[in-house]
Amino acid sequence: MINSLGEPQSLALLGGTSDIGLAIATKLARRRTRRIVLAGRNEAELSNASRDLLGAGAADVETVIFDAVDTASHDALIDKLFTGADIDVVVVAFGLLGDQTQSENDPDRAVEIATVNYVVAVSLGLRTAAALRKQGHGTLVVLSSVAGERARRSNFVYGSSKAGLDAFAQGLGDSLVGTGVRVLIVRPGFVRTKMTAGLPRAPFETTASEVADAVIKALHSHQEIVWVPAQMRFIMSGIRHLPRSIFRRLKI
Amino acid sequence: MSELICGWGRTAPTAATVVRPRDVEHVSDLLASPNHRGVIARGLGRSYGDPAQNAGGLVLDLTGLDQILDLDLTTGVLRAQPGVRLDSLLRRSVAAGWFLPVTPGTSAVTLGGAIAADVHGKNHHRDGSLGRYVLSIAVAMPDGDVVTVTAQSDAELFFATLGGMGLTGIVVEATIQLIPIANSLMSVNTRRAANLDQLLDELIEAEASDRYAVAWLDCLAAGRSMGRGVVTSGDHATDDEARGRHTSRTPSHRGGREALGTASLTPPFGLVTRMSIVALNEVWLRKSPTRRDGEILPLNKFFYPLDGVKGWNRLYGPNGFLQHQFVVPDEHSLRLILAELAKAKVPTALAVLKRFGPGNPGPLSFPRPGWTLALDIATNAHGLASVLDKVDDLVARAGGTIYLAKDSRIRPELIPVMYPRLSEWNSIRDRVDPNRRLVSDQSRRLSL
Repeated sequence: MINSLGEPQSLALLGGTSDIGLAIATKLARRRTRRIVLAGRNEAELSNASRDLLGAGAADVETVIFDAVDTASHDALIDKLFTGADIDVVVVAFGLLGDQTQSENDPDRAVEIATVNYVVAVSLGLRTAAALRKQGHGTLVVLSSVAGERARRSNFVYGSSKAGLDAFAQGLGDSLVGTGVRVLIVRPGFVRTKMTAGLPRAPFETTASEVADAVIKALHSHQEIVWVPAQMRFIMSGIRHLPRSIFRRLKI
Repeated sequence: MSELICGWGRTAPTAATVVRPRDVEHVSDLLASPNHRGVIARGLGRSYGDPAQNAGGLVLDLTGLDQILDLDLTTGVLRAQPGVRLDSLLRRSVAAGWFLPVTPGTSAVTLGGAIAADVHGKNHHRDGSLGRYVLSIAVAMPDGDVVTVTAQSDAELFFATLGGMGLTGIVVEATIQLIPIANSLMSVNTRRAANLDQLLDELIEAEASDRYAVAWLDCLAAGRSMGRGVVTSGDHATDDEARGRHTSRTPSHRGGREALGTASLTPPFGLVTRMSIVALNEVWLRKSPTRRDGEILPLNKFFYPLDGVKGWNRLYGPNGFLQHQFVVPDEHSLRLILAELAKAKVPTALAVLKRFGPGNPGPLSFPRPGWTLALDIATNAHGLASVLDKVDDLVARAGGTIYLAKDSRIRPELIPVMYPRLSEWNSIRDRVDPNRRLVSDQSRRLSL
């Protein structure tokens, strides 16, 4: 159960090797979270992460190997997660950034990005929401992105997938009002992680640790959307209102 | 129908199917009906945290079973249903010269809830907790059977149910012994203390002579004024005292439903902030007399000062608040904890201190000899989680415990340490509820 100070006792991380997801899990394990399930594709990475989490204070870390794009396997995965004990917080942390130039020239790669970032999240989001409703409580954390606020010329395949994800998560959250289940949308700016390794420095760059802090703080409030860093909310509000002719010429 | 419910602290709401049984048979039927997430009883939802919630399961709202079945005016023996409110019970009994042997700080609780939490009052040092006055209970068991239980017929189940947080069966009827009073007035003594030493001395002195004694303290005062506060003590007034000089303008017992004011809207942010608390503490302290004896007050004003403001819990804003209540056996531990709270500048809005006498045989009953402190704190107070964890450690190390009726956040690992008879209690549950049909959010959270 989540206690009165917003501290969960159990967590499932879908996309079990995501830097942001693991930063959230590690910080929660240092407080009250004892049971953690990591679901992902890479067995070796998952077992490394699981060792770290046990070191941070988790008592019981389970790893589940599964291929996210195989949506037919999602029912079995969710069943497995929710058998036995409750899951207080589920983090959907799948994400592919991809290289824009490559995506534009290789539609198959673009489809893959759209599938992982959007289709997979829709499938897991709906199934998770149903399971949380049955247990009468829980929070679904969706890692969206500021890139979904307005798709940029330099990054529109990724941006559009996050835009779809964000819109989906908002609607899902609205559909769950009054059920004891909540959707928390996280919109980080540029986060320095393995997904962005090698990319040049960006303004308002943040870290997985800072995103995790913001998420943990939001778990204990009634916030539905969290921006990291917080200023991003106002920056993106400005960017959203720029005339398109100017926006497309911006080097961002 | 599924409803979102929370405790008095308005934190951690969860959804459950809430049913309001019409009669005892209905309770039995619901208990026996299949439900994979279990059942818990709920009264008026005055527990601060989650003991009367059951996410995804069934919650039995017992406020419909609110009949006083019998009140013997010569012996003061009361037989009533669990959903009867203490204030409506008092409206009936006080006029006939009987009062509750033990009452918590609010009369807006049900009798069943009071038994499940084994509540204590300002007279614990002398009279013990409510459990001492429970003569018998009728309990609906998880299989639907209703059994009458006394300390003689089944001591295990009887005492496991006192303070058992509704997890050993649902109390569907209770017989309790009331105490006689001459009138509905209290004779009250007040002492103001400038620091903790003085406060503890005054409280100990008050307990020696008065049936009821409690101290309010200013937890934000640091340094030499740490622990400053006001001790209030008293007893039921004799008719001679009642006719004396401080006669009150409202001599009759008034029900708690006549509110002084109502906080019906939740403000978008908490009004209970460090600044407002500092200001209120100062005002409260200054308006209290340094010393006053034999002031005559109506029962409600002495026992239930906050019942006058309906929905005061909303003033803490959308994130709610919690109450942390612990007991430690010795004064040294109490001082350590108060220093810890003062150092962390925890903005405690209300802090109530008193001393417990001996506890009762209930394995999960909270009171045990020592000092008990109850703190009301807004949950968005900075760094609260780790300060309270530290306090829990100090309490556990001192051989103290926390009150489950107030708890909303303790680490489950500490429960077996603080309640060393937990395994005994669990073995009684193995007997009466082997499949653990009685479940609450709290029992899930604490692995009870």
